[in-house]
Amino acid sequence: MSDVPVISAEIEGLLNVEFGPEVYEIEKGMVARFAAAIDDPNPAWREVVPPTLAGAALAPSALMHRIFKAEGPLKRILNGSSELEYLQPIRVGDTISVTGRLTRLRQVEGKDGPTLFMFTEVTYTNQRGEVAVRGKNTIVRY
Amino acid sequence: MAEQVYYEDIEAGSEIPALVKRPDTRQLVKFAGASGDYYQIHYDKDFALASGLPGVIVHGWLTLSFLGQVLTDWLGEKGTLVKLNGSYRGMNLVHEDIICGGKVTRKYEEDGRQLARVEIWAENPRGEKTVTGQAVVALPSRA
Repeated sequence: MSDVPVISAEIEGLLNVEFGPEVYEIEKGMVARFAAAIDDPNPAWREVVPPTLAGAALAPSALMHRIFKAEGPLKRILNGSSELEYLQPIRVGDTISVTGRLTRLRQVEGKDGPTLFMFTEVTYTNQRGEVAVRGKNTIVRY
Repeated sequence: MAEQVYYEDIEAGSEIPALVKRPDTRQLVKFAGASGDYYQIHYDKDFALASGLPGVIVHGWLTLSFLGQVLTDWLGEKGTLVKLNGSYRGMNLVHEDIICGGKVTRKYEEDGRQLARVEIWAENPRGEKTVTGQAVVALPSRA
């Protein structure tokens, strides 16, 4: 079964296509709900966002939707890894534009059959045009 | 909150205060709402079992958020997070302890900043590391 083409034409067609920008208003309630959801009472989160908010809550959703819904033989999906680099703080009141790309695909034979690793890069830019955060994620279909 | 940590206070091997979390399904639903990740493996037990999982599993981003808290609690008001990454190696099941820890692996100065590299991890009650990663942090100096 090692010849199963797990990289469908639909998935391959997403490679290096830029999705976005999707624009998020960083409003107080959104940040407070996120801080409550991660159970982190740090008062700093009244002014700036917790470190995982960009990666977890400001998704390039059009790209993620295509990655999740793309036709292919592998139906199960897990988050493989996440990386965030912080260049500017994201503050309550900022407007963040999010763009994302699928940059690479890698197929490996796992112990439970073929596994497809999908690598994405996401850029979070503030209203002054400064890149605030760069993100990289690995999504696993198996 | 603990006292401010300074660059001079740490060395390779310094441990960061650990944090234990125990998310329930209510928290996973709150996180689904706050993050927009409504994948059913994180709150629908029937769906999770049908997907071949042992039960409802905690969002990887939620566990990484706990590790973020370990770091920002330690960094205090004057320290900053420069980079954070995590690999999701295993599953944290709902209603189980997630033990979150970290350790300094290196300290160094670069471009006039006092930096440290920190290893971070989350463990389940079976002692399995479910998330492992690294962070780079900038610390204030006493000088």
